[in-house]
Amino acid sequence: MSLTLLAVQALNGLQLGLLLFLIAAGLTLVFGVMDFINLAHGAQYMTGAYLAVFFYGHTGHFGAALALALLAALALGLVLEALVWRRLYDRPHLDQVLATFGVILILTEGARALFGPSPLSLPRPEILSGAVPLMAGLNYPVWRLAIIAAGLAAALGLWLMVARTRLGMQVRAGADDAAMIGALGVDVARLFRAVFGLGAMLAGFAGVMAAPVLAVEPDMGDGVLILAFVVIVIGGVGSIRGAFIAALMVGLVDTLGRSLSTDVARLFLSPAAANDAGPAVASMLVYVLMAAVLFARPQGLFPARAG
Amino acid sequence: MRAAAVLLALAAAPPVLEGLDAGFWVVTLSRALIFAIAAMALQFVLGRGGLVCFGFAAFMGIGAYAVGVAYANGVEDALVAFPLAMLAAGGFAALTGLAALRTRGVHFIMITLAFGQMAYFAVTALSAYGGDDGMTLWTRSTLGGFGWIEGRWPLYYACLGAAAATWALLRALGASRFGRVIDGARQNPGRMAALGFDVRRAQLAAYALSGALGGLAGALLANHAEYVSPAYMSWHRSGELIVMVVLGGAASLGGAGFGALVVVALEEVLAGWTQHWRIAMGLIVLAVALFARDGLAGTLTGALARLRR
Repeated sequence: MSLTLLAVQALNGLQLGLLLFLIAAGLTLVFGVMDFINLAHGAQYMTGAYLAVFFYGHTGHFGAALALALLAALALGLVLEALVWRRLYDRPHLDQVLATFGVILILTEGARALFGPSPLSLPRPEILSGAVPLMAGLNYPVWRLAIIAAGLAAALGLWLMVARTRLGMQVRAGADDAAMIGALGVDVARLFRAVFGLGAMLAGFAGVMAAPVLAVEPDMGDGVLILAFVVIVIGGVGSIRGAFIAALMVGLVDTLGRSLSTDVARLFLSPAAANDAGPAVASMLVYVLMAAVLFARPQGLFPARAG
Repeated sequence: MRAAAVLLALAAAPPVLEGLDAGFWVVTLSRALIFAIAAMALQFVLGRGGLVCFGFAAFMGIGAYAVGVAYANGVEDALVAFPLAMLAAGGFAALTGLAALRTRGVHFIMITLAFGQMAYFAVTALSAYGGDDGMTLWTRSTLGGFGWIEGRWPLYYACLGAAAATWALLRALGASRFGRVIDGARQNPGRMAALGFDVRRAQLAAYALSGALGGLAGALLANHAEYVSPAYMSWHRSGELIVMVVLGGAASLGGAGFGALVVVALEEVLAGWTQHWRIAMGLIVLAVALFARDGLAGTLTGALARLRR
């Protein structure tokens, strides 16, 4: 394991972490403010990627495809909120799990029916394709750097929104006690719609950004959904700051774990056993991390709700 | 009374189906009964105990792997393999439950998911037992050298017997003092503790028992498919099991079993109609979640009660 390789893996981990943050941010807000478990969030990320491919096919322009896909993702989020989510706010978590599981089935199979089961791809925009030399012997793809930059920008924007604006204040207050801010005269229904719309757009944005580096396929949202839940549980439900730090932790642990685990396992095991155990242990690492965090701090690292 | 009628109908199903020239449905129905066992075991902790376990597929998978590993080492006898499956799954549930029961609500959901995923990735590393690809069992478990569940009907009746026994056991436990403690722990753990009950110990016992029954279902599933694979343990399967329980009606044991039968049968029917059957399944699941508040069983019972009035 050379230093260059380690640097590349660290950057890849950062990129995965920021992608996870984009998805987890919406999920944790929805969860924190509305106490609503949205399993379909991963499917909304998948839809964002498909929308980008679809609009790129029609416009041939990446920027236009990105803008249209974001608008469509927002529209889908608002439609789902109006048709389904709204009826479930004051219902038990299990009903929400059942309903959003149904929506996953519909969206995933819908994508398969419309676009076919085989993976599609989205070309990178001309200006951001290619690679840049970061250090001697290390060329890193510009697009992956763009994902990192976009993730950091979104994190900064979200932080400003949550910490500095009136909407952000309502979001923070809502995460603490939604019934109380309703009693204080905040239009809670509008707040919920805004938070859902924002979450849907962030998930869609993550899907568009991921489309050029990952295969666009109907079940691409499944694994990501679980990782996003891991992130928000480690970070503390409802906390943007917690989601950001936990997302970076999960991204780095997962990526570095995968590239290092076999080498580490070889220190203790025979090469054959290490080749078996390494990848399995690497896949387990984020779950071990989550179990350890929950064991030590059952509310996560930065719980938004006091007590 | 109703239970006896259901049991009678299920016992009569194979000859009736064979008579209707639909013998393959016996295979589907066996699978449905296996999932009914798992769903009832899950209901005991989820519905009665209020502990939403999102890693139940791991218990089934461990049960299936116990049969597979025993088979690969030359042990085919069900009297060894089935208890081994239940012990292994129950032991895993007890160990992980020790840690998981420290948490509540959504954190419990996530920590059980984490343990499920760990089990999943652990079996993908078992390259001696097929790794990612899983392994084929060339014969089903025997009983003293006799192939007691070879063929459609014997396996079906074995599944039916196991499902009936699971139902009877969980029903008796639910009505017992132990069941009341589990019930009370869902409704108000603080008050149960104040009454002097060791809530966590009771929940741990229920969780381990539920895991062991999940292992039984897994052992039957391995025999049914004559194949064992890590896919049995994927979180998807855990999600589907929750859907079965909630769709049928999480409040009752019978509802959970009914939900499993409905989901497995629906998959079979819808998949026969269209390749994109999951869309229809999703719409049905969504409709039940939105409009049938107590699940299918609750809604049906309610409708029957209104008819009688």
